[in-house]
Amino acid sequence: MLDVFVIIRDNWELFLLGQYPHGPLGGLVNTLILSALALLIAFPLSLLVVMARISPFAWVRWPATVWVYVLRGVPLIMVIFWTYFLVPLLIGRNISGFTTMLCTLVIYQSAYLSEIVRAGIQGLPAGQAEAARALGLGYFRTFGWVILPQALFNALPSLISQFISIIKETTLGYMINVQEMTFAANQVNNQLLTQPFQVYAILAITYYLLCYGLTRVATAVEHRIERKRQGDRASTPSSPTGPTLTASEPSR
Amino acid sequence: MFKDFDLGPILSGEYADLLLRGAGLTAQLMLYAWSLAMTLALLLVVVRLTGKPVAERLVAGYVSYHRNVPTLVQLMLWYFGVPTLLPESTQLWLANFSTEFIFAVIALGLCQAAYFCEDLRAGLRAIPTGQTEAARALGLGYIRSMRYVILPQGVRNALPSLINHTVLLFKNTSLAMAIGVVELTYAARELENYTFRTFECYLVATLGYLAVSLLLMGAGALLARHFNQARAR
Repeated sequence: MLDVFVIIRDNWELFLLGQYPHGPLGGLVNTLILSALALLIAFPLSLLVVMARISPFAWVRWPATVWVYVLRGVPLIMVIFWTYFLVPLLIGRNISGFTTMLCTLVIYQSAYLSEIVRAGIQGLPAGQAEAARALGLGYFRTFGWVILPQALFNALPSLISQFISIIKETTLGYMINVQEMTFAANQVNNQLLTQPFQVYAILAITYYLLCYGLTRVATAVEHRIERKRQGDRASTPSSPTGPTLTASEPSR
Repeated sequence: MFKDFDLGPILSGEYADLLLRGAGLTAQLMLYAWSLAMTLALLLVVVRLTGKPVAERLVAGYVSYHRNVPTLVQLMLWYFGVPTLLPESTQLWLANFSTEFIFAVIALGLCQAAYFCEDLRAGLRAIPTGQTEAARALGLGYIRSMRYVILPQGVRNALPSLINHTVLLFKNTSLAMAIGVVELTYAARELENYTFRTFECYLVATLGYLAVSLLLMGAGALLARHFNQARAR
């Protein structure tokens, strides 16, 4: 047990920052930067995928559906290999491991995030879209001003969970030598050689604390949304059933 | 890239053997890890249902650990870490075998058990308490009311998420390449190193994964529809 603290004391900079002042940034900080960038870029892309998936035109709907199903059916590591191979071919020059991993996560998550947003949209009563159209809003304004804000609000807990998934997926960057936390742990392990269990236990505990903390945030947000919805329900007796799909379906 | 597209070289002779062996190992990983995960998940659920606070805490801790730590890290902890905790004689004995497969099965199975356990618990929670009460009133003991009344209904409720997580397990088997198991992804990578036919190698492996995943998802959708119809009748 004492070994663990000694390892942390001697190597905390490597775990946290990689070789940063003397080399490239890595470690936990790079894991977080990679995850956050992936989420920030993948999110707008996923909105485009969603718009395509619920589009009234089949020729827009089909490619988006195929995109989502293909990415959901293939292991992330395969997508990494494809990105590693295809992106340099497309842009004509080599890209770093970090960029490869970022591109991969953006592509992969665009499919998963779009499913979450779509579930949020399907959770809204059809009356919302109908009312917006009846008020004279066009297709895109209905989507952007009425549907999307409500759907995203409902999907917020799932979006946080997806951020946790992204953090866990960045570990695969280790396989293409991205300088993130798993890579740092392997460096530490290669230096020490004799205490792999302790090193990987530190790694596991760090991920656990990070992801468990975020899980708690997601749960808290979920309760808050639940409460707010119940509050809405109490103050607007005209819609006693609240915004759920099952309540609105039979009337259609 | 496309003008000399040719699947021939990698789908014949020793290269095809390599791919097939990889696919076989993926299938074995999947099969053993799934069985381990499901057995353990059923056990965990039953333990959790006993309602003892200590048991509940333990199972909740187990689930929380396996869901919040990346699967790759769990694999590394098992493969690189756990053997060093064993006595020296056992370590030396283990060195005679290629342990990566067995540790991959253990790590993937234990991790997936957490997901299955949560799915089953959610499925069981949806069963009205009257079912248990009725089963007990009919004279069935705890084990038998579980076996014949509660679990069948719970599994049925949990089916969609169980299938989803089975697909997840199938995709996760590819992580075993990080500890040196020559499964399908590893084989495709090797093949690429030998032949330099990157596009063809990845295409074959991707289509293989996609076919099985879509098959599982399709089977899940069919089963769910079947059960829904049975319930509506």
